[in-house]
Parts: sequence; structure tokens; C-alpha cells
Amino acid sequence: MPTPIITLDHVTRTFSVKRQTITAVDDVNLSIREGEIICLVGESGCGKTTTGKMIAGVLPASAGRILYLGADISKLTGTERKKFRLGVQMIHQDPYASLNPAHTISAIIAAPLRHHGFTQGETQTQQRVRKLLETVDLTPPDDFLDKYPHQLSGGQRQRVSVARALTVAPSFLVADEAVSMVDVSIRISLLNMLSKLKDAMGLSVLFITHDLALAKYFAWEGRIGVMYLGRLVELSPARWLVEHPQHPYTQVLLSAIPEADPEATRHKKRIELRSMDVPSLLRLPTGCSFHPRCPQFLGEVCEQVTPALVESDGAMVACHRVTRPAPRATEL
Amino acid sequence: MNALQDTLARTGRETLKTLKLLTRNKMGLFGFVMTILIILLSFGGPLVWPPEASANVEDINLGISAKHWLGTDFQGQDNLRKVINGGKDIVTVAFLTGILATLLGVIVGSVSAFLGGRVDSLLMELVNIWLTIPKFPLLAVTATVVKLNDPVTLSLLMAFLDWPSLSRQIRSQVLSLKQRDYIEAAMMLDLGTRNIIFSELLPNMMSFITISMIGIMTFAIYQQTSLVFLGIVPYSSANWGVMISAAERRGVLFNPQAAWSILVPMGAIVLFQLALISFARSLDEVFNPRLRTTV
Repeated sequence: MPTPIITLDHVTRTFSVKRQTITAVDDVNLSIREGEIICLVGESGCGKTTTGKMIAGVLPASAGRILYLGADISKLTGTERKKFRLGVQMIHQDPYASLNPAHTISAIIAAPLRHHGFTQGETQTQQRVRKLLETVDLTPPDDFLDKYPHQLSGGQRQRVSVARALTVAPSFLVADEAVSMVDVSIRISLLNMLSKLKDAMGLSVLFITHDLALAKYFAWEGRIGVMYLGRLVELSPARWLVEHPQHPYTQVLLSAIPEADPEATRHKKRIELRSMDVPSLLRLPTGCSFHPRCPQFLGEVCEQVTPALVESDGAMVACHRVTRPAPRATEL
Repeated sequence: MNALQDTLARTGRETLKTLKLLTRNKMGLFGFVMTILIILLSFGGPLVWPPEASANVEDINLGISAKHWLGTDFQGQDNLRKVINGGKDIVTVAFLTGILATLLGVIVGSVSAFLGGRVDSLLMELVNIWLTIPKFPLLAVTATVVKLNDPVTLSLLMAFLDWPSLSRQIRSQVLSLKQRDYIEAAMMLDLGTRNIIFSELLPNMMSFITISMIGIMTFAIYQQTSLVFLGIVPYSSANWGVMISAAERRGVLFNPQAAWSILVPMGAIVLFQLALISFARSLDEVFNPRLRTTV
């Protein structure tokens, strides 16, 4: 098996807020192969973005290691560091904040090209800028070169963001809620563009979203990881996850996706949670952090023992329910 | 060689674009032209129209006429000629103080924001204390102790007194800007610290910095003329403050005939300030593309 492009090895990230410690990401293990699409889903505050930022190298891990092609990214130096730095790029969530308002589109895209010497001379730089704009479907490019970010729509800006990330020919792209702030009508075209790029350039993509329906669409060929309060609770190939969800949380999420047919949605059986409140990150529940809300709560074992992510029926699941037979399953 | 040509061509295009932008706003264009004119007149004027050496007893306190466009003062000297000769010190002090105080404020503010922690607390505590000191009385007292008879020393002193409030503002700007997503994106693209500061951060602060600088400049003009008016700074040469002070001492306030000799230097100060402030508006458009109305 070839070396995975990114490996998370027991990665934990804590933040201290007013002398209290918040664990945003707790002991996550994950490896991503070259050219793979992986989606991280979960509700807000579950550590998806923190995970993405750690992989992108803008946030150091508090514990554990992140490996880029087998090398710990916190220990990289010189050309190796540079290779990682340019190899992993990120698309931010907010297209209104991720482009410098003081520069034109052509200046934004040309800056990394010039700085790293990817192009020689002005004519070549301009050619490359045009080409990149075409790659992200901003055509004709001449309409956009001299525009400022504030003159573009959210979707167009997000495309510019992607074009900027592509200037340095990355091999790994972290897309952090990249389509959440874009009008629904252009989400699909943005997603299709990302898929097209992924196929054309052999990019690996870590797609972070809170919308499981979106993850289902985008990661159909890849894997989906479900996060809950900083922990990875289920990880499996997208199709398998959708057809055969094993973790109770995943089941709840899937049951909450509305169907295209309103009639079907109305009659769809929704799994009820034991509690609607998301626990505070400052006072995480003991044992399995999902136990206060879990519809398949087993009792003492869930309250006291943190379940490990283990292989179960073609997926990786962290739940006591799947690792041991449920004695009271019939009563539930 | 090719790269150099590219850079030159790019700089040329940028300069042309900037000039074009400067002329877009009418008020700003007025300010720009006026500022340039005042600077040229103040520095070039004395060469063409040197100050009059002697008094003209026949022409004391005249109104405006074809011979004396802006009247004459208590010595019978031409007001226009005096005002042209009196601009150099004011302009020098305004620009020197503005540039020095802005530099100090920007450096202290950004160092504080970038380093954070202890350095930040220490610097900002210092600034807080500095801010509570009443500046003008301190300046007035210092001026009586230190010999301030040249514009450079005065500028240094005023700049030293005027930077703290700007440094606080710059600090909060940098603190907010450095968290922006586009700065993070630039770090991920490995554009280098120098590039990030000068081409990502600074352009977004430039309009604020230049406008603060112009604010400091107008403040410096007031301070300087006040000092001269109060007679704390003994200026030997003619300048606008000296003109006001002299006119007042010669009882202009009770002599309507002599009004021109106090109105002219006042008008000059007002015009210079107005020019600077309108120029600031144009600069704002140059540095902030969002303000440019689309053609």
C-alpha cells in the first residue's frame, strides 16, 4: 500500500478559554490516500474545521502527529517544509473574507505565481492567470482580471479562491464548508467543478461540511467521516455509510435529511434523540460523549467507558452498541 | 533584465492608475492641486518674491488694491508677499511631524500587535500613561525650557508627543486584520512575511494611516501657530503664526482698517488645512477600491 498523503495519528487539539480547557479535537486517527475524497460531517463545534486547519498546517496539534507523505509536518524543514506548505491548500468557508479587498483578481492569482517563480516574465504570468480562471469556469477570464473581490458574487469569489489555491499546484485540498455560504442554486456547479478538478489533477480533497446530504453527493466515490464533539465516531465508504449506518448518531443524521419528495419526507421515520441539547464542550459527558442523547443508550458502560474506533462490518465505528450484543435491544 | 523591465512597466502602470484615481473625486482633486500649490509657493515663492527688508510708512494698513492684492500690514509691507514667505516653516513642521508621528505610531502599534504577550502589555501600558498627559501644556512648558528656534527640533518634539493615540488604533487594526482569512491563505501559499505585511496587510490600512497622518498634520499646524501666537517659540523669521501674533499685538482687533493683516495668515492656515483634508478624501479612494464608484 502506498504511503497515505495525510495521516492523523492520535491527533488532539485543545484550546484554553479563561483558564478552562476545551478539547476541540480528541484523539482522531485518519489516513487519506492520494486522489481520495473524504468528507467530514458533524454539527457546528464538533471539531471539523479545527481538524482541517491542523491538516492545512495553520494550527499546530496539541498532541499526536500529522504526517504528510509519512513525515511529521511539525518537524519539516527547508525544501520538505516548502513541499508540504504548497502541497496542502485550503478553501475557506467565507468567500467574502478570504480574498484581499485591496487587490484585483489578477493580482491575487498572480502573487503566488510570481513569488514562487512558477512563471517567468509578465506575459507568461498573465497567460497562467487566464488559464487558471478558465479552469475554475470564470470565463471569459478578461472580464474578471481587473475586477476587485467586492465586484464579484459569492460563488465567483469562491471560484477565485480555488484558482488561487491551484496556483501552487497542490496535491491536497481542504475545503472548509466551501459551499455553505454560497447560494444554493450554484452549490452544485461549484461541487461539480471541484470534482472535475479532483479528477483532472489527481487532487485529494478533504471536504468539511455540516450537511450530510451534501457530503453524500460529493463523496459518493470516497469516504465519509462523522464527527461528534471532537471525536470521529464513524468512518466508512460513502455508499456503505448511507445504506448501512452503524453509529446511532449517523443514523439520526441520515434520518434527518429531507427527501426530494415532500410526501416521502413527511412520512419518513425520524429517530428521536433522548435530548436535543448539545453538551457544552467545557463539560463533556463522561464515557461516550453521545450517551446523554443516544437513542440506543445501553446504560453504565456508555456512561463510563469511551468507545474506541474499531472495525465493524466494513466500517470503522466508535460505539459500544456495535461491539457487544445489546441485551435490551428489544425493549428499545 | 526581463524581470526588471516587467517590474518597471508594472510600477509605471500603477503610478498612472493612481494619478488617474486622484483626479476622479473633484473635492480630492482640489485638495491635491492646492496642497501641491501651497508647497511650491512656500518653498519656491521666497526665491521670486524675497521678503521686504524695510517698512513703507506711506502704505500702512491698506486694504486690497491692484498694487497690494491682499493689503498691507502695520509696517506697510505687502501681506501677499509675507504670507508666501511665511509658509515654509508651517509646511515643513506639518509634514515632518505628520510623517514622524505616523511612523512611530505604526511601528509601535504593529510591533505590539505582532509580538503580543508581555511586550504588548508593556507598550500599551506606556501608551495609556502617555495618553493621559495633557499634550499642549506639556509642549508649552517644554518649549520654554528647550530652545525651539528651528522647525526640525519642534517637529521632533511634537511628533514625540503625538504618536500614542495612533499606535493604539494601529494595534487594534493589525490585531483584527491578521486574523482575516486572506492572511491565513497568504500564509498557506507561503508568500513570505515581508510580502504578507507589505502587500496583504498594509494596503488595507493605508487609507487609515494616511488619514491619521493628515489629522496629525492639521493638529501640528494648530499647535505650532498657537505656540508662536503665545510667544513661547521665538521665531525670528516670518511665518503665519508670527503674522497673526504681530497683527494682534498691534491692535488689529480694534482697527477694522488693518483686518487684512490678520485675515490673510488665518486664511492661509484654513486653506492649507482644507487642502490637506480634501486630499485625504482622494487618498481614501486610491487605497480603498470599494469606495470607487463604478464607471
